[in-house]
Amino acid sequence: MGIDFLPDKPIYQQLIDRITGDIIRGTLKPGEKLLSVREYAIEAGVNANTMQRVYKELEQMEITETRRGQGSFVTEDEAKIARLRDEMKEQLVLSFIQSVEELGFTTSEMIQHLQKRGGKND
Amino acid sequence: MIELKNVSKKYGGRKALEDITLTLPQGKMIGLVGENGSGKTTLLKLMAGLLTPNSGTALFGGKRITRTIATNIAYMPDADLFYPYFTVRQLFAFYESQFADFNPIKAKEIATFLNVSLDSKIKQLSKGNRGRVKIAVTLGREADYYLLDEPFSGLDPMVRDDIAKGLIRFTDSGRQTVIMSTHELKEVEPLLDEIVVLKGNRMIAYEAVDEIRDVYGKDATSWMVSLFREGSSNGE
Repeated sequence: MGIDFLPDKPIYQQLIDRITGDIIRGTLKPGEKLLSVREYAIEAGVNANTMQRVYKELEQMEITETRRGQGSFVTEDEAKIARLRDEMKEQLVLSFIQSVEELGFTTSEMIQHLQKRGGKND
Repeated sequence: MIELKNVSKKYGGRKALEDITLTLPQGKMIGLVGENGSGKTTLLKLMAGLLTPNSGTALFGGKRITRTIATNIAYMPDADLFYPYFTVRQLFAFYESQFADFNPIKAKEIATFLNVSLDSKIKQLSKGNRGRVKIAVTLGREADYYLLDEPFSGLDPMVRDDIAKGLIRFTDSGRQTVIMSTHELKEVEPLLDEIVVLKGNRMIAYEAVDEIRDVYGKDATSWMVSLFREGSSNGE
């Protein structure tokens, strides 16, 4: 029903990741209105309390803002979105380094390899 | 608020529930899980006032739950409950005559949302559509608590999805509580705030879903399986 969730992370956290992902990708634009809590809950197949928590945390992270009587909107503050992108980049790199080290590669070896192959995704 | 204090229930000499103490707050979606015969239906019926405990007390808003106080509590049984010769419209009219809190406008809105025609005869509906109608008449009541016995069981994925969406759409998560027994925990977990686990007619756990994932790093289904394993390795 709705979205498939990973087993080892709270569902509200996965929904926050999903929405911040949409903002970073640009599927959700600065200033764009989010679905209402209930609409999003129905679409995601989660209960409305979970969705309420997601919206509250996004607002606390200053990624969205609630306008009274109108709903939630993505921030128009580009600096905040840039910060979000940087945080996401850092997270990705961190988990990459972790798996690289787990397998016994060195980071410089991996950087060299990345430079050689470029960013082609095939 | 529904409160159970040391509630036990027997059918003849057979124990159905033993010493259940549990407070179910307003505004939550709660899953009730456990093996067949663990007491899920009995627990729901005690809360609905359809059964009385042999010992202990079952309270709603501080008052003992009886068949008449249970007007704030809507119970949906596992079985088909309909008069087969009724149309959906007639069934709604019947419910309106039986339950003061039945809101025919809401029930029709739910039926429309679930694509069930009001003029269909119940006996001509598919099993899936009968499941949809059952949800419509149950949520059509403006109750504080909805007690649903296996709302998803035996229905195909599309119907299950519709019923899940109907539950999210037509209950007020700030005020109303839904308690549903289920064997489809994996599928239902995203709908739930909390889970009550029964085993051998006792309650062995009552946890928030977010907590389970946060603290144990696993989903509700694996958590439940590990609970059952622990129980049996302790020589139960």
